[in-house]
Amino acid sequence: MIRKTLAVAAFAVGAMAVAAPAMAQNEQFLPSLVYRTGAYAPNGIPFANGVADYWTLINERDGGINGVKIVFEECETGYATDKGVECYERLKGKGPTGAGYFSPLSTGITFALTEKVPGDKIPLLTLGYGRSESRDGSVFPWNFVLLGSYWTAADVAIQHIAKEMGGFDKLKGKKISLVYHDSPYGKEPIPALEARAKKDGFEFKAIPVTHPGVEQKSQWLAIRQDRPDYVLLWGWGVMNSTSIKEAAAVAYPRDKMIGVWWSGAEPDVTPAGDQATGYKALLLQHPAGKFGVHGELEKHVISKGKGAAKDDFAHVLYNRGVLNSMLGVEAIRTAQKKFGNKPMTGEQVRWGFENLNLTAERIKELGFEGMLKPIKLSCQDHQGADEARLHQWTGKEWKIISDFYTADRSILDPMVKDTAAKYAADKKIAPRDCAKES
Amino acid sequence: MLYREVGQFKTTYAADMAMFPIRQDRVALWLVLLVAFVGIPMLSANQIWPFGSDYLLRAILMPFLILALAAIGVNILVGYCGQISLGSGAFMAIGAYSAYKFGTGVSFPLPFAGFDVSIPPLPMLFSILLGGLMAAFVGILFGIPSLRIKGLYLAVATLAAQFFFDWVFIRVKWFTNYTPSGSVNAPELNFFGFLVNSSIEKYLLCLIFVTVFAFIAKNLVRGNLGRQWRAIRDMDIAAELMGIRPLYAKLTAFAVSSFIVGVAGALWAFIYLGSWEPLAFSIDRSFQLLFMVIIGGLGSILGSFLGAAFILILPIMLDQVPHALGVPISVETVSHLVFIVTGSLICYLLIVEPHGFAQLWSTAKEKLRLWPYPY
Repeated sequence: MIRKTLAVAAFAVGAMAVAAPAMAQNEQFLPSLVYRTGAYAPNGIPFANGVADYWTLINERDGGINGVKIVFEECETGYATDKGVECYERLKGKGPTGAGYFSPLSTGITFALTEKVPGDKIPLLTLGYGRSESRDGSVFPWNFVLLGSYWTAADVAIQHIAKEMGGFDKLKGKKISLVYHDSPYGKEPIPALEARAKKDGFEFKAIPVTHPGVEQKSQWLAIRQDRPDYVLLWGWGVMNSTSIKEAAAVAYPRDKMIGVWWSGAEPDVTPAGDQATGYKALLLQHPAGKFGVHGELEKHVISKGKGAAKDDFAHVLYNRGVLNSMLGVEAIRTAQKKFGNKPMTGEQVRWGFENLNLTAERIKELGFEGMLKPIKLSCQDHQGADEARLHQWTGKEWKIISDFYTADRSILDPMVKDTAAKYAADKKIAPRDCAKES
Repeated sequence: MLYREVGQFKTTYAADMAMFPIRQDRVALWLVLLVAFVGIPMLSANQIWPFGSDYLLRAILMPFLILALAAIGVNILVGYCGQISLGSGAFMAIGAYSAYKFGTGVSFPLPFAGFDVSIPPLPMLFSILLGGLMAAFVGILFGIPSLRIKGLYLAVATLAAQFFFDWVFIRVKWFTNYTPSGSVNAPELNFFGFLVNSSIEKYLLCLIFVTVFAFIAKNLVRGNLGRQWRAIRDMDIAAELMGIRPLYAKLTAFAVSSFIVGVAGALWAFIYLGSWEPLAFSIDRSFQLLFMVIIGGLGSILGSFLGAAFILILPIMLDQVPHALGVPISVETVSHLVFIVTGSLICYLLIVEPHGFAQLWSTAKEKLRLWPYPY
């Protein structure tokens, strides 16, 4: 009897799981692919919290985006591509207009979803990650590699090294090594660094670290033998802190290490303790710390107990999550100007992204002054910015140590164009004519 | 009462040797095929619940079919021939990358000879099948040690295949057509002019592959070759004394198994993922396939399907239960719960029925035959 009841209960639960709950009509559904478990969770959690808290803020303070309430749902990917694809399929059709946009926070999932979003007409917002060549909006209409790609990061890192050395001419004959996560994420910067090496005459070496990156002894022994002048770090999750610890173990100076903006947050340095002092990393424009928007978050979200943030509030990745949501929300707002104040479809949100224009005043109004420079996107340019700066870990906090550098587009633009053209040829895509788009 | 073969007289050898000798089984099979080939696409095309969105089709049924195909391949080697393999992920990868290379055109630069050997892009169907053939070829190579080593030691040898090919597809840029990121995109799915694009078409494509290979596998394992495999599995020395050549039997098992696994790998990459990196075929995939086969039932084609369903679909379902019921627990708690529940269910199942779902199924059939007077 008990068995029968259990079976019936299980069946009912299963049936309910499949049936989609009814949704109110004036709601914008926004999916959130997160990883709060696994080897990458220390970095995944603060970002996911930031994303969720900004959406909650919009709902609590403004009652939604122009009155359209945001409904969001998280799906745990564990940073695995096949799980990410399942989550995407699960969430893409929810809400009255389907998912507004996706931010997978994983290069692997971004690559897989890049193949799927044109069919479903949903934009992919990849803030500082993903396909570098997807800047070319004529070939990648649905990808938005906003604020910077890995190629931007690579270029800026070399510019900073040149500045520390006293000029680009000093780079000749120097050795720069890249310690990278052996996945599309870590491999993306290599072409840009190779192009830079050819131009500036330094010796470039790429040293792979296998996923998840807890075993790096041999890589750092090789670095000890080779003694490169600088080490660039392209890690994620537990790999970053391991790298810093291993660098300390072979006495490689931490202030000669420069991490990408995904290797420069609190979870990357705090596990290494004092060994991390002096470690430098790029900033995707915004630093850690509190800005205008954080006051609003504290007032409307955190103090009401509705926040997801714990002790990661105002940390680097939390702020990036907030920024990610802000850009998405502003894209929806832009789209609403054209299509009316109602839930937007993915296609309309894409129009919003392509016409996104955040001026300095608007950024200040939103409370993001100091976190973001003015940005304007277009049909052709899906990146919008080429700037980054650096910060350094003092042992207690991140301190900004440089001005903004602008990536050298004379090197990167031809690479974007070539790689995108190759992709278009492989996939038989006819690039859009951006002159004709309104 | 319903399930009883009384009165079904076989008057020809063909009828006696049929794949499904009992009429009820045949009817059930036809019904399943009818639902799969006609019912589901019809429901999906008309957006009838539960196929209102293409979630079930694209996120559940497609991966289920492809992994079931891979599980059939693994089952031939592990379940029928008794050679434990931990390299299934690698063979899937070989299938995927070879199909990719054949699909986008192969070019070997031969600098010493002064010319290039190049093959133009082949049609999609041939690419996928050639991907399977390449996997079969490598499978034979890695099967050779099985003539000397057995059991766990063989598992370790196949593990070498897994790590070696993980390394090859990450490092050798030729396989990825020198893409900067090392991630490759499937070429368009063009089957002799017919473009496979929509979810229904992709689902039907997977279904055709799975059906064809399941029938081939079912026939192989009950024929001469299958009996050789099973003889080797049950006692290799006795089999050898009876005149079965271990070399032939073991290597054919490796070849057939790797071929099917390779085709499944190509489908996984081309149809399910669309764009992939070697991590998609990591050691985790090998374990997943092995668990499917063990839980589904070693030495059973049906078991491969049941195991694939259990290992793939159960966690996805469990993951969605709290949300669907409106229980406000965070995603990390849910995913930990999924691990706990799936893990304990696996333990429970293996204690209660060590021979897997297939055995449960045949016990159920036995009971049905005796019903209503079971003893």
